[in-house]
Amino acid sequence: MKTKHWYDYLWLWCIAYFVLGFFNILFAWLGMIDFMVPLLFAIIGGNKAFCNRYCGRSQLLTKIGIDCKCSRNVPTPRFMSSKWFRYGFLAFFMTMFGSMLLQTYKVFSGAKTLSESVKLLWTFKVPWDWAYQAGSTADWVAQFAFGFYSVMLTSAIIGMIMMFLFKPRSWCAFCPMGSMTQIICKLKQHEPIL
Amino acid sequence: MKRLAFVDKNRCVSCGACMKVCPMGAISVWRGCYSVVDEQKCVGCGKCANICPAGCIEVKAREVIA
Ligand code: SF4
Ligand code: SF4
Ligand code: SF4
Repeated sequence: MKTKHWYDYLWLWCIAYFVLGFFNILFAWLGMIDFMVPLLFAIIGGNKAFCNRYCGRSQLLTKIGIDCKCSRNVPTPRFMSSKWFRYGFLAFFMTMFGSMLLQTYKVFSGAKTLSESVKLLWTFKVPWDWAYQAGSTADWVAQFAFGFYSVMLTSAIIGMIMMFLFKPRSWCAFCPMGSMTQIICKLKQHEPIL
Repeated sequence: MKRLAFVDKNRCVSCGACMKVCPMGAISVWRGCYSVVDEQKCVGCGKCANICPAGCIEVKAREVIA
């Protein structure tokens, strides 16, 4: 039996994040931690310590997939771990992220009004107005929170589907955060990225 | 030990899932780039290959050293 470390419980953080955001969307801003920390590890440390140790999402997927036996645990389709798919998905994800930032800017500049909804899988608009009391912060702050929560929830849903269908951590094969940090690490070591 | 894990480092996504399940501490992610196997420690159990989301580990017979 391996000894447990404090960071082996970070899957609780993953659940807490979604619960908090369900009740108050402004908590979605905390997701910035999950964006900055992996990048800092990669840029400063030249490692993937986040993926390898601290990622609560992959811990949760492993828990549900293996401990609760919810994963079929069959090989991930090979193309999903291919470079073109991984980098393509990263590009798509960043484009969608950019469009989310643009929406935030539009609300900031007054070109658009705040939309109290969460967009799932970049398509389905789900009302989420209970999680925000209009006027409690600047509109753009709330808009970013709704947008960011959408990104997090969307990727969690894809991760879950992948976990059910294939290996518990199949999402990691093309997770944009994982790809981005690996590219940074490889560039640092002058390893080929293609 | 007759078997050993081999990593296709070009396909490895350096997620570290293998490292977490290896009972021998024989596989680790090298500087965020890809996994490397410690041939001295690996017992060829195949746990890493079973969890790997990229399917880039294969457990094969060790090269016979003459
Ligand atoms: S690839 Fe993504 S989901 Fe997997 S461990 Fe890394 S950050 Fe977490
Ligand atoms: S589980 Fe597979 S993809 Fe992940 S680090 Fe190990 S060898 Fe690489
Ligand atoms: S085959 Fe078993 S001992 Fe060898 S690296 Fe994989 S998990 Fe570890």
